[in-house]
Amino acid sequence: MGQSLMPAEEAAASAPARESAGVLAEAPAMAVPGGAAPTRESPGPLFRSTSRRRLQERLIGGLLFLCGAASIFTTLGIVAVLLTEAVGFFTEVSPIEFLTGTEWTPLFVPRHFGILPLLCGSLLVAGGAALVALPVGLASAIYLSEYAPDRVRRVLKPALEVLAGIPTVVYGYFALTFITPLLKQIWPQTDVFNAASASIVVGIMIIPMVSSLSEDAMSAVPRSLREGAYALGATRFEVATRTVVPAALSGILASFILALSRAIGETMIVTIAAGATPKLTLNPLESVQTMTAYIAQVSLGETPFGTLEYKTIFAVGLALFAITLLMNLVSLAILRRFREVYE
Amino acid sequence: MRELEATPESAGGQPEAGRGSQFRPRLRVRRAIGAVFAALCFAATLFGLVVLVVLLVDVWRDGAGALSWDFLNGFPSRRASRAGIKPALVGSAWMLLLTTLFAFPLGVGAALWLEEYAPRTRLTRLIQLNIANLAGVPAVVYGILGLAVFVRTFALGRSIVAGALTLALLVLPVIVISAQEAIRAVPNSIRLGAYALGATRWQTIWHHVLPLALPGILTGTILALSRAIGEAAPLIMIGALAFVPFVPEGPLDSFTVIPIQIFNWISRPQASFHQLAAAASLVLLVLLLGLNAVAILLRNRYSKRY
Repeated sequence: MGQSLMPAEEAAASAPARESAGVLAEAPAMAVPGGAAPTRESPGPLFRSTSRRRLQERLIGGLLFLCGAASIFTTLGIVAVLLTEAVGFFTEVSPIEFLTGTEWTPLFVPRHFGILPLLCGSLLVAGGAALVALPVGLASAIYLSEYAPDRVRRVLKPALEVLAGIPTVVYGYFALTFITPLLKQIWPQTDVFNAASASIVVGIMIIPMVSSLSEDAMSAVPRSLREGAYALGATRFEVATRTVVPAALSGILASFILALSRAIGETMIVTIAAGATPKLTLNPLESVQTMTAYIAQVSLGETPFGTLEYKTIFAVGLALFAITLLMNLVSLAILRRFREVYE
Repeated sequence: MRELEATPESAGGQPEAGRGSQFRPRLRVRRAIGAVFAALCFAATLFGLVVLVVLLVDVWRDGAGALSWDFLNGFPSRRASRAGIKPALVGSAWMLLLTTLFAFPLGVGAALWLEEYAPRTRLTRLIQLNIANLAGVPAVVYGILGLAVFVRTFALGRSIVAGALTLALLVLPVIVISAQEAIRAVPNSIRLGAYALGATRWQTIWHHVLPLALPGILTGTILALSRAIGEAAPLIMIGALAFVPFVPEGPLDSFTVIPIQIFNWISRPQASFHQLAAAASLVLLVLLLGLNAVAILLRNRYSKRY
């Protein structure tokens, strides 16, 4: 990102100079057509509108700034919405109960508002997804960056990225009707809705994210490092695992964190395949409920506006937003440090 | 590349080893490890592709039988044999149209400001960081925002506009980031040439930078929109209906989209509805494939201009 700003910054720095140069350039230009075609009424109007053009420039600049600022309003909107409704929720339920309670039964009495079961569900699914996606994604990144011939890479990389474009409902369908029966054949005690099948499929979904971001990081490792290692007698395997991967480690780490944050935020796959039973369990073959699945479940039902149940969406949403925001920020921070190394 | 591996080893490794030093190349073992590792990495790459193929074959096997003209042109029904996806198809088309209308100008505008206008200030850095972060916010959270702002505060109800505005916010960061990349790829010499002829900044952008960056911007936008078309979670949040027995006619009508229809059918226990879900998934995949093909075509056709 530091890099991404450079051209704009340069442009901005030299902008006043350019503008005044533009104005100066008009003076001789005015003389030429005036002299060459004296029969024309006046070439003036073409050039005299400098002040109007300036105004127009200002307006457009302002308009474009508003477009850029829209993103700030989006973030402010998210935070404001989540906070105002969550504050309403926390006047009725103590934050301590919310953060430490081990039961989540907001939709029926006796009501309990402990988010830990939902958090546990989310982490169980994300953890399972990480088990699938991190090794597979990293290994395919290593293959694409260090082993694959150019022609193979040009075919494989976009093909792999198709995985990221499959709609999540279709993944949900796949988890429920293909992976779950498969798991049942291996472990007959598997529930119809279970964390394992959801996490396998979420993992598959985030493979392209891990592999393509990690590959970018590895491709950015200077060739001289590899050649140095080869010159010392390293095999290709040693170059890949002891030179390239360590050198690209921050980028790889950032891709892991981003992918995990994506797994925690994934909604449809877990709603379809992981079930709707909030519980504190580490058994992946049981039905669980994630934070996202709970939010979807409540909004699918007929929950009246303004009730405590309705407000739970915002409290859980706030927790979800905070977790993913933190992960994204950490990953961006790591990435930025990494980029500075090679520039 | 393969020769690179062999040369340094045979040149440096083997002769040295004989001179009584502690260094033992163990080349055979290391090569074997390397070969196993390479095979594993290759297998990992193939794993993703194999799963992709299995998924597509699975959906095709389950759903192809239910595909028919009546299915495309029919309305949802409580009887699986009669149900169709016409309202969902029309709803998705509306969604695509309106989301583009909202997100494209806003996204390109933001990208232009960031690349061509933004001064080097903290505010600019904040906006850039903010956009990168928004790209990682879960889709349901956008749904919550849409529910509270568009459905409630703006009183748009559970309408197409409310859904499209929500989706527009969701894809906006992706559009901005890809448009920025496309704009950045326009060589600076073109801007300088325009300035030298006395063009103002906006004239330069409008007549020179934008036309050159447009294929890249369009490619990124189409890819972002294909994400929006497959998205169900934020629309469930704002209350898109699962059972819409009519074709929406205006932007304020209630609606459903294909992903929500699929979700609705999967949620039912009967296998006959699962078959419908697979068939609708096929329709959705074909739609996405079409969008992606357009994007790839644009990229290949125009990417080598400078």
